[in-house]
Amino acid sequence: MLALLARRLALGVLTILVTSVLIFAGTEVLPGDVATAILGRSATPESIESIRKAMGLHDPAPVRYVRWLTNFLQGDLGTSLANGRPIAQQIASRLGNTLFLASVAAAIAVPLSIILGVMAAIRANGLFDRAISVATLVAISFPEFFIAYVLIIIVAVNLGWFPSLASISPVMDLGDRLYVVALPALTLVMVVLAHMMRMTRASVIGVMSSPYIEMAVLKGLPGWRVVVQHALPNALAPIINVVALNLAYLIVGIIVVEVVFVYPGMGQLMVDAVAKRDVPVVQACGLIFAGTYVGLNMIADILAIFSNPRLRRPR
Amino acid sequence: MKDIEKILRGEAEGIGRRDFMTLAGALGVGTALGTGLLGKPARAQTPKKGGHLVIGMDGAGAGDSIDPATYTATYMQTTGMQFYNTLVEVDEKGQVQPSLAESWEAKPGATEWVVKLRKGVQFHNGKEMKAADVVYSINHHRGEESKSAAKALLATVSDIKASSDNEITITLSSGNADLPYLLADYHLGVAPEGAAFDGLGTGAFILENFEPGVRTLAKRNPNYWNSDKRGHVDSTEILAINDPTARASGLQSGSLHLINRADPKIVSVLQKNPNIQILEISGAGHYCFPMRADTAPFDNNDVRLALKYAIDRDEIVKKVLRGHGKVGNDQPIPSFDPFYAADIPQRPYDPDKAKFHLKKSGFSGPIILSVSDGAFTGAVDAAQIYQANAAKAGINLQVERVPADGYWDNVWMKKPFVASYWGGRPTADLMFSIAYVSDAPWNESFWKRPDFDKLVVAARAELDTAKRKQMYRDLQLMVVDDGAEIIPMFNNFIDAGLKKVQGFAPTPTLEMSGLRAAEKVWLEG
Amino acid sequence: MRLFGQRLSVAATIGLVIIVVNILAAVLAPVVAPYGEADIIGDVWDAPETSQTVFGLDNLGRDMFSRLLYGARTTITIALITTLLSFTIGCVFGFAAAVAGGWLDMLLSRIVDALMAIPTLIFALLVLSVLGTSIPVLIGTIAVLDSTRVFRLSRAVAMNIVPLEYVEAARLRGEGLAWVMRREVLPNALPPLIAEFGLRFCFTFLFIAALSFLGLGIQPPFADWGGMVRDNAQAISFGGIAPLIPAAAIAILTIGVNLVVDWILSIHAARRA
Repeated sequence: MLALLARRLALGVLTILVTSVLIFAGTEVLPGDVATAILGRSATPESIESIRKAMGLHDPAPVRYVRWLTNFLQGDLGTSLANGRPIAQQIASRLGNTLFLASVAAAIAVPLSIILGVMAAIRANGLFDRAISVATLVAISFPEFFIAYVLIIIVAVNLGWFPSLASISPVMDLGDRLYVVALPALTLVMVVLAHMMRMTRASVIGVMSSPYIEMAVLKGLPGWRVVVQHALPNALAPIINVVALNLAYLIVGIIVVEVVFVYPGMGQLMVDAVAKRDVPVVQACGLIFAGTYVGLNMIADILAIFSNPRLRRPR
Repeated sequence: MKDIEKILRGEAEGIGRRDFMTLAGALGVGTALGTGLLGKPARAQTPKKGGHLVIGMDGAGAGDSIDPATYTATYMQTTGMQFYNTLVEVDEKGQVQPSLAESWEAKPGATEWVVKLRKGVQFHNGKEMKAADVVYSINHHRGEESKSAAKALLATVSDIKASSDNEITITLSSGNADLPYLLADYHLGVAPEGAAFDGLGTGAFILENFEPGVRTLAKRNPNYWNSDKRGHVDSTEILAINDPTARASGLQSGSLHLINRADPKIVSVLQKNPNIQILEISGAGHYCFPMRADTAPFDNNDVRLALKYAIDRDEIVKKVLRGHGKVGNDQPIPSFDPFYAADIPQRPYDPDKAKFHLKKSGFSGPIILSVSDGAFTGAVDAAQIYQANAAKAGINLQVERVPADGYWDNVWMKKPFVASYWGGRPTADLMFSIAYVSDAPWNESFWKRPDFDKLVVAARAELDTAKRKQMYRDLQLMVVDDGAEIIPMFNNFIDAGLKKVQGFAPTPTLEMSGLRAAEKVWLEG
Repeated sequence: MRLFGQRLSVAATIGLVIIVVNILAAVLAPVVAPYGEADIIGDVWDAPETSQTVFGLDNLGRDMFSRLLYGARTTITIALITTLLSFTIGCVFGFAAAVAGGWLDMLLSRIVDALMAIPTLIFALLVLSVLGTSIPVLIGTIAVLDSTRVFRLSRAVAMNIVPLEYVEAARLRGEGLAWVMRREVLPNALPPLIAEFGLRFCFTFLFIAALSFLGLGIQPPFADWGGMVRDNAQAISFGGIAPLIPAAAIAILTIGVNLVVDWILSIHAARRA
C-alpha cells in the first residue's frame, strides 16, 4: 500500500520532469523568438543579434534547459523579457486569484454535481432524472463566453445584483471577494456541472446492476441507502477522475471567463506572454499549470486506489 | 475540453490591438482639421475638482511597461500620458499646441530647430525640468541600441543638444517643416536625466500602483504646472479590459466612467442609455487589403483594378463598421486633410468593370485573401462580404483565415494578398513616405514607381501651396489608379462615457481625447 | 417501437428522431436550403418577418436557416469522425495500459500525462505553426487532445475490471492482450465510456468554435454551429435571437444524442442484470 503510494508520487515527479522538457522544447519550436517579438517591425539583423547575445539565447538548448530548471526549483523564476519585472511577483497574485475563483466554483460545482448525479441515478429515467439531464445538457451546449454575456446582461446590467467586472484586489475582504467573483464562478459552475453530474449518474447506474447491489436491494435496504452506502463508493473511481479533470480545467483553462469578466488570473498572463513571445513567463506559467495538473491527477489516482478495495492490496 | 476557446478570445483581442497599434506606429498624431461628429464646442463651464475617475481600456497586456519607448497599444499610451508630458500636443483641430515647450522656431531650410522650454516645471520628485532632461528623454529613443518604437520616427534627427538651461537645438539631416508634429508623439514623454522611465515625469498624475495587464492607480500631482486647465480628478484608476462587451457592460452598470473603442455593433444599445454619451470622431485610420505588386497575378494592374471594382465599400462600411466610418477610395489620405484631392471620383462597386478588367488581364483562377481579426477587428467579416461581392463579378476570391497570433510577422508583407490597418499619419507626406514609396520600410504592397518616389520628395520640398496641392493630387491619383492597395474604409474613433464626465474633446487621429482623457475630464455631480 | 430487438422508450424515440432529422439536414442541405451558405441577401441581423426567412439573417446578412443546414453538414461530420477517432485511440491505449500493466502502462500513462499537462494553448500553437491549417489537421488535433482524456477514463474504468475474477481467469487461460481487452474489458467498461461519448461529441462543436479563434477552425464562409454562435454573440446585447439559434441546434442535437446514449445504457444495464 505504502509502496504503491510512493510509486505514484515518484511517477508524478517523473511526469513533471517529462513535461518540463516538453514545455521547454515546445517554446523553442515556436516560430519567432523574443528578440524579434521585442523589436517588432523595427528589427534589424544587428539589433536582433545584440538582444540574443544579451539574453544568452546562443547557448545550446540543454544548457539553457538545465539552467532554467535549476533556477526554477530554487524559486528564481527569472524576469519577464517584455517589461523586466520579476516573474514570481507577477505570478504570485494572479495564481492566488486563479485558485480563489477555481475554489469557489469547485466548492459549488463538485458537491452539487455529485448530489444531482446520485439523485438522478436513484430514480433513473424518472422525471427528475430527465429534467436535470436536459437542463445540464442545454447548459453545456452554450459556449461559455455566451453564458457569461447572458449572465452579465441579465444579472449585472439589467438587475444590477452583481458587478460585471470582477476586478478583485488584494485589499478586499472575503465577503467583497465572493461578491465580485459571483458571476464568473456561476459561469464556471454551469460549464463543469454537466460533465461531472452525468459521469456520476452513469457510474452509479453501472454499479447498480452488480450482484452485490441486487443483494442489498433484496435485503430490503431503502433505495438511497443502497446508492449512497453501496453503489457510490464502488462508482467513485471514474467520478474522481472526472472531478480531477474538471478541477484542472478550472485552474488551467478559464481564460475566456477571465477575459469577459476582467478577472486578473493566470490564464490572461500566459496568453499575453505567448503573444509577446515572453518565453520565461510562458515557461513559468506552463510549468506551474503542469504541476497543478499532475498534482491533481496524482491525488485522483491515489484516491481511486483508496476507493477500490481490490486495489488496496497490491498484486 | 473547451480550453482553447478561453485562451483565444483573449488572444485575438490582445494581439490584434497590440500589433495594429505597432503598425499605426510611431506617429499617431492628429491631422489638421479633424471633423468631429459630435464636435460640441468645449462648454464654457468651470471644471469641477475632485472625485475618483475609473476608465476601462483595451490594448493592455501582462507584458506592458511604463517606459514610453515600449508603448504600442492604447492602454499604455493613455496610461502613460497621465505621468508624462510631451514638448507639444496636437489639439482637437489638428493644430500643434505648446506643452512643455513654450515656443519653437525653424532656421531657414528647416534643418535646424530651436525649442524654448517652459520654466518652473517640476517633476513629481520636486526636481525642476531642464534642457538636459529633455535631451536625455529624446535620446532614449535614438541610437543603435535603442529598442524604442519611436526610433524610426527620429531617424532624420542627426543631433540634439541643450543650447541653454531652457532651450534645445535639434538638427535634422534633411529639412522638415513638420517637425513639431513629430515632437508631439506620445513616445516622447519627458523624464528627468538618468531616470529609468518608471513613471516619474511632469504629468498631472503620480503613479501609485501599476499591475501590468490589470490596473493602474494614480493620484493627482499637487504641483502640476498646468493645474489651471488639466488634472481635475483626485485619483484615477485605469482598468485593462480587452473584451469590448465587458467594457460596454461596465459602462452600462456604472462601474466605469469612460471606455475606449465601443464596439460599433452595440453603439446603438449604449445610445439608448440615458446616462451614456458616445464620444465619436471620424479619423485618419483606415482598413486596407494590400496586394503584393511584385507577385503574380497582382503585378498586372488589370487584376488590381478588377479587384478594386469588385468590392462593395458601402456594404462593408454599413455591415462591419455599422456606419461608423467613411468609404475609402484606395488611397490613404483622409478627406479632412488639406491635401486631400476631393475631385478624384469615388470608385464604385461595378461588377461589370471588374469582369472587363479581369478578362483583359487574361488571368482566371482563384485569388486567395489571407485575413485575421488580428489585422483589424472585423477583417474576417469584411473579407467574407468582399468574397460575396467578387463572386458577382465572376472573381473566385477565397478567404483564408489565418491565426491572429504572429499575423504581422508571418502573414503581413509575406503572403500576396492580406488585410492590414493604418492608424493614419499627421501629414500626407509621412503617410506616403512610410508605406508607399518604393523603399519605404512598410511598403506593404511592394508597389514600386520611380516617378511616384520623385514626386513625393519634390512635394515635401515645395513651398507653394497651390503647386503642392496639385502634386499631392497627382500622387493620390497614381495610388488610386495604379496602386496595389484596396482601401475600402476609414473608421471612426468611438469612445463612450457617462454623461457626468465632462471636458472630453474627441481628437481626429488619437482616441481618448488625444490620449489625454484622464487629465482633461472632470466629473459633474 | 423496437430497434435492434430492444423496445424504444419515448425519450429514446425523441432522441432518434432528433438525430435522424439532423442527419437528413446535413445530407440534404444543398437541396433544402433556400440560399447558399455564403450568399449575402440582406441587412445585418434582419428579423425573420422583415427578411422573409425562417430564422432571420446573421451578422453579415446571410440566411440563418440555410447556414444552419450547411453547418449541420460540416459540424456533424467533423464531430463524428473526431469523436470516433479519439475514442478508438483513447480506449485501445487505455485498456492496453490497464490490462498489460507494467512498463506499457507506465510508458503510456507518462506520455498522456505529459501531453495533458501542457497547456492546450501551447499545444495548439505548436500544431498550428508546424502543420498549418486544414480540416484533417483540425480533426487530428482535436482527436489527439480528446483521446488523452478518453485514455484516462478508459484506463481508470478498466483498472477496476482487470482485478475481477473472470479477467484473471482469462489471463490464466493464456488469452492474449487483444482478446482480453475486446471480450472482457470492453463490454464491462462500456457504460461510463458511452456516457462520455455523448458529451465529448457535443464538446467537439464548441472546440471547433474555440479553435477558430486561433485561425485553425472551419474556413469562412463555411458555416459551423459553434462559430455561428460566436459570430452572432453581440446580438444578445440588444435582444437579438441570432446567437440562440445555432446554440439551440447544438443543444437539441446534444440532448438527442444523450437520450439515445441513456437508452443504450439502460439496455446494457438490463442485459447484465
